[in-house]
Amino acid sequence: MPVLPPRCRVSQPLLFIAAVALIAFAVDTASAAPFGMSAGGAPPQVSGFAGWILMQQAIFYRMLSGAIRATKADGTAALGLMGISFAYGIFHAAGPGHGKAVISSYLVANNETWKRGIALAFVSAVLQALTAIVIVAIAAVLLNATSKAMGDTVRIVETVSYGLIVLIGLRLTWVKGRAFLKLLMPQPQPQLAHAHAHSGGHDHAHHEHVHTEACAHDDGHDHGHDHHHHAHDHHHGHAHHHHDHDHDEGHAWGHAHAPEPSELTGKHWLRRGLAAVFSVGLRPCSGAIIVLVFALAQGLFWVGVASTFVMGLGTAITVSTIATLAVMARGIAGKIAASKSGGGMLLLRGFEAAAAVLIVVFGVLLLTGYMVSERMIGV
Amino acid sequence: MTLSRLYVAIVAMAAALALTAPASAHPHVWVTMKTELVYAPDGTLTGVRHAWAFDDMFSAFATQGYESKVKGQFTREELAPLAKVNVESLKDYDYFTYVTADGKKVKLKDPAPGYYLEWKDAILTLHFTLPLEHPLKAQELRVDVYDPSIFVDFEFAKKDPVHLVDAPAHCKMDVVLPREMTFAEGKALSMIPADQPNVSMAIGAEFANKILVHCP
Repeated sequence: MPVLPPRCRVSQPLLFIAAVALIAFAVDTASAAPFGMSAGGAPPQVSGFAGWILMQQAIFYRMLSGAIRATKADGTAALGLMGISFAYGIFHAAGPGHGKAVISSYLVANNETWKRGIALAFVSAVLQALTAIVIVAIAAVLLNATSKAMGDTVRIVETVSYGLIVLIGLRLTWVKGRAFLKLLMPQPQPQLAHAHAHSGGHDHAHHEHVHTEACAHDDGHDHGHDHHHHAHDHHHGHAHHHHDHDHDEGHAWGHAHAPEPSELTGKHWLRRGLAAVFSVGLRPCSGAIIVLVFALAQGLFWVGVASTFVMGLGTAITVSTIATLAVMARGIAGKIAASKSGGGMLLLRGFEAAAAVLIVVFGVLLLTGYMVSERMIGV
Repeated sequence: MTLSRLYVAIVAMAAALALTAPASAHPHVWVTMKTELVYAPDGTLTGVRHAWAFDDMFSAFATQGYESKVKGQFTREELAPLAKVNVESLKDYDYFTYVTADGKKVKLKDPAPGYYLEWKDAILTLHFTLPLEHPLKAQELRVDVYDPSIFVDFEFAKKDPVHLVDAPAHCKMDVVLPREMTFAEGKALSMIPADQPNVSMAIGAEFANKILVHCP
């Protein structure tokens, strides 16, 4: 665990929890479902884009119940069920709530690699499957709760999940927005700043000024601490190795496209990414919950569990595909920007900041149910 | 020159993100419905009576946690609390039922008492009647049943989906099934860029189940 100023250690989690609680309670969570018991997936709006995919996932979903019934009669039908679950997961992930938007925006804002994107997509999908299984296992299997009670539980979890997305977006917006604004402001010779990133008095002045805020937006990296020492001109070399360009506008400027080896091998990205993935994965897939309860009613809960995990696998594939696309486009833009002078970098930083803002927007929309109730077309 | 390539790359990145926008619907509930239009002796339409059969998955899901004397079987009484939950929740969605008389919107009241759920062959069916706030006569009556968000997929029963009960003899009824989205349409839909409004194909109303009653 990196060293943090003591007051951050206490205040950061507290602030975090307080903010989540505030959002959770401030927002009217009563987004009732049509029959009072949807598994939490209140009606989302329709876009023409996924019309065809929509049909495919509906077809596979309808096949699921038949396959589960068939498995009851003949165990070997489970194999077919897994195939259908997998296909359903792939198409289903095209729908809302599977974190494509948040994860992709996150990857773009943070300039993560595609490998990390895929890893995060899989972690979030597995987590989503787990949440669904845990909720059904506790509520339905252990407590024999009604679907309505289950739906209410899901809604609370959902609200927390969306609240976390907003917070992660806000934090990223803060970091990226400042990096962008700093670029916008008149800079004394950016090239020089690059070359002297670790000794320029200009940068240090900023860092010193910044270091308290670092607590608020830092996952636990030590750069806040490092900057502090920077200001006193200590541990220069040491600090250098622990720098994380994403959180340090001065270095983002210079090192954004030449990450240090320690960054690539380090676990920073994982810890950072897990927060984003956790916020997404917390929200269970409503389809999975219905399937699990149906399987339970057939006395085949474990078949439902297996199906849910296979669905998650399919979901992960879709999410990682889209995330990879976003990361690839980001990579190309980054390469071009790196070969250009100021203007290109400005655009890129601007885009990163925009991606961060996008996460906030997604989170707020999900939280307020806007996406659910706003029927943009076709009515 | 590189700057223009940068723009292209950034546009591509934006497109990739747009792709991710949580924008498509999940049908999670399938309803096979039968509907009756109920008329008073004076020939006015008084209400819309629905019988909605849910798909087996949702039926099992909805009844989860409800007590029953016989395992896997539910009586009307045992399902009464669930029926109440259903009907009360549907209020927020206008019961997915939209009535127009001679082009004007018709107001519906909350379901009359006596609504109930029926359990048969692992399928749950919700029976309820939506009274009109003001019973009326109309030359052209139209009843649409659909969920604009496609969370609930409505479909008329294959056999005898609609009945007119005690309607004046000269009234003619026509049931318009929602068009199945053809493969070509689905493909065309998927070609529309995500950031453009889908003006050519309106999902929802276009794919609604329509009942038309013509009383000259």
